[in-house]
Amino acid sequence: MPSLIDLRRRIRAVKSTEQITKAMKTVAASKLRRAQDRIVGARPFAQLMQRVLSDLAARTGAAAAHPLLAPPAAPDAPFLLFVVTADKGLCGSFNSNLIREAASFAVTAGREVAMGLVGRKGRDFFVRRGVDIRFQMVNLFNDLRYSHAEAMAETAIEQYTSGAASGVSVLYNEFKSVLQQQVVVDQVLPIPALEAVEEEAEAVSADYLFEPPAGQIFSDLLPHHVETQFFRALLESAAAEHAARMTAMDAATRNAGEMIDGLTLHMNKVRQAAITRELIEVVSGAEAL
Amino acid sequence: MSLPSHLTIEIVTPDRAIVHETVDEARLPGAEGYLGVLPGHTPLLVKLQVGEIWFRRGNETTWLHAAFGFAEILPDRIRILARTAERADEIDLERAEAAATRARERLASTTSDVDFERARIALLKSLSRLQVARRIGMRSAGKR
Repeated sequence: MPSLIDLRRRIRAVKSTEQITKAMKTVAASKLRRAQDRIVGARPFAQLMQRVLSDLAARTGAAAAHPLLAPPAAPDAPFLLFVVTADKGLCGSFNSNLIREAASFAVTAGREVAMGLVGRKGRDFFVRRGVDIRFQMVNLFNDLRYSHAEAMAETAIEQYTSGAASGVSVLYNEFKSVLQQQVVVDQVLPIPALEAVEEEAEAVSADYLFEPPAGQIFSDLLPHHVETQFFRALLESAAAEHAARMTAMDAATRNAGEMIDGLTLHMNKVRQAAITRELIEVVSGAEAL
Repeated sequence: MSLPSHLTIEIVTPDRAIVHETVDEARLPGAEGYLGVLPGHTPLLVKLQVGEIWFRRGNETTWLHAAFGFAEILPDRIRILARTAERADEIDLERAEAAATRARERLASTTSDVDFERARIALLKSLSRLQVARRIGMRSAGKR
């Protein structure tokens, strides 16, 4: 049976852990709010981009010939999968879900899979497993910028157009709600057919002039489209990470509370037992006289 | 056909929507030169280069620095997708000046390991920022 002092020590340890997890939860909650704002802030840009692009695609029939839309130059080349994990742990099954999904993707893809690793956790996992790594980037989620997405897009486009990769997808945690994150795979290259967005009333008048010519604008715009897709994946992943951490830390705080209650009860029992024993000793000592 | 009397201007970057206003007139840094836009402009899709965006509502004018992007112009609205855009009062003068100096030094260097294209773009950006920032300086000086 553990002594009183041991129990007190354990209670103190659990208490300080509880304080830490509680603080982490609060921090995650405020970071989550900021991450959500950024997702909302990025939406108009992506929507407008999508609209202009599908408009252009419909207008310029030559668009299909663009290398980013065309089927891969080398169909046998490995498939490039970007995996967006977190830089830090302590966020429940956030990273392990992703890594499991990435590993099973590699098995079911039916062809070789190369990886682009974003985030420290995924990098650390796959680097040790001798995976073909084409891109890596860590320590970005503290200060997430559009230029991170640009770097990813640059590699993706370069690999695809040079024939080193037969396709590019990005695997990340999508932010569904605070309690729910979902691992999703988005195809990036070749760019999936740009479905026409439901046309607004103004489309009637939209018989544009172009400066420079339409074809050139279109091919200038496509790489930016790839960037916005990566950027969206990064933002979603950041929000999902904070949500996952918030939930995990909330659970941890609750567990710590329960543990403290249990330990306190146990400690009181031990103390009471000791007092009773001492009393018996005193009484029986007195009787012996 | 009656012409619209105002333009709605929207400027969005990947990070946020910066401007959503009704204006009388605007000027954009098109890839092939600045272009002025009045209500009733013919539909136009134009690539933007580094430069200043200017728009006016009544007597109130606003300047912004913008770098790379596209603008969709319709008779009654302008939509601008920019890689970066900053309002004049958001520009950090000292930083822009330091960037300009740095870019000039790099352009002037004779070693071959310099990425001249990048330096040139950096210089363009910082000069545009400075120009925009000085505009509001001038305006407030004029008021006094």
